Amino acid sequence: MKYLEDIAVGETYAVGRHTFEVDEIKAFASRFDPQLFHVDEEAAAASHFGALCASGWHTAAIWMRLMVDYRRRLMEQARARGEPVPSIGPALGFRELKWSKPVYVGDTIDYSSEVVETRVSESRPGFGLLTIRSRGVNQDGDEVLTFLSTTFVERRPQQ
Amino acid sequence: MPKLYWEDFASGAVAVYGPRLVTREEIVAFASEFDPQPMHLDEMAARDTMLGGLGASGWHMCCLFMRIIADGFILNSSSMGAPGIEEVRWLAPLRPGTQIRVRSTVMETRASKNRPDMGLVKLAYEMIDETGTPLMSLTNTQMFGRRKAEAAA
Repeated sequence: MKYLEDIAVGETYAVGRHTFEVDEIKAFASRFDPQLFHVDEEAAAASHFGALCASGWHTAAIWMRLMVDYRRRLMEQARARGEPVPSIGPALGFRELKWSKPVYVGDTIDYSSEVVETRVSESRPGFGLLTIRSRGVNQDGDEVLTFLSTTFVERRPQQ
Repeated sequence: MPKLYWEDFASGAVAVYGPRLVTREEIVAFASEFDPQPMHLDEMAARDTMLGGLGASGWHMCCLFMRIIADGFILNSSSMGAPGIEEVRWLAPLRPGTQIRVRSTVMETRASKNRPDMGLVKLAYEMIDETGTPLMSLTNTQMFGRRKAEAAA
């Protein structure tokens, strides 16, 4: 990762890709979101979704996992080059989250995130706030998820 | 309890769901799977972060919220899911051993313009701890089937 000062609006990160299998869709939903259209094929077929689909929270949680893995790769690369590794997180929250289309069994979602704003934190000296727009797009090119989130990022230390 | 339809949501109505005890094991298990950052995994490593100690992933808080409202009323309703979330704010860390509740307030209800079988309900939620301190706030609009539509079907 980079210091706040080195992050440019418009930078885009190819966060990763995930295929949603039936077993994990049902396992996640059984734990956190056991609405019938997320856990039961027959009930899902009769619902307005038309087939079993992933909980929207599942689609979002997978973005988080892929983002953590993506950042970790960047941190390891920076360490290997002997560069400092600025800290990132926690996040303040998110907004304008849309589950634009259902994620059905077997769908492969490509996640990306784009920097939309950077600013200095008023409350935390040494930190800034990074706002990104994240997206998930399925194999047909249709958006299934989008949201804006704001996270603390370390500022470049003053010399 | 009778099943809830869109018509049963009244603007201004307040309800509280839960409680639910959140354990260290489930905080670490969720984080290991979906958000493996030190502040959600390891007490010692978490002390050096802004959380100041182990705290649940914000996405875990969202998932716990979902399960609490699912058991609280969604599963006993004509829920048709939600198109999204207007806003979530993570206000304070969710620590191991905290007993959480979810407080909901109905902000607005309106019929769907293009779907006569469906109505929309805008809700404002807070996740609170034992002392009533808000840990997370969430606002969203949820879709519910209408009573007449189901009766006619």
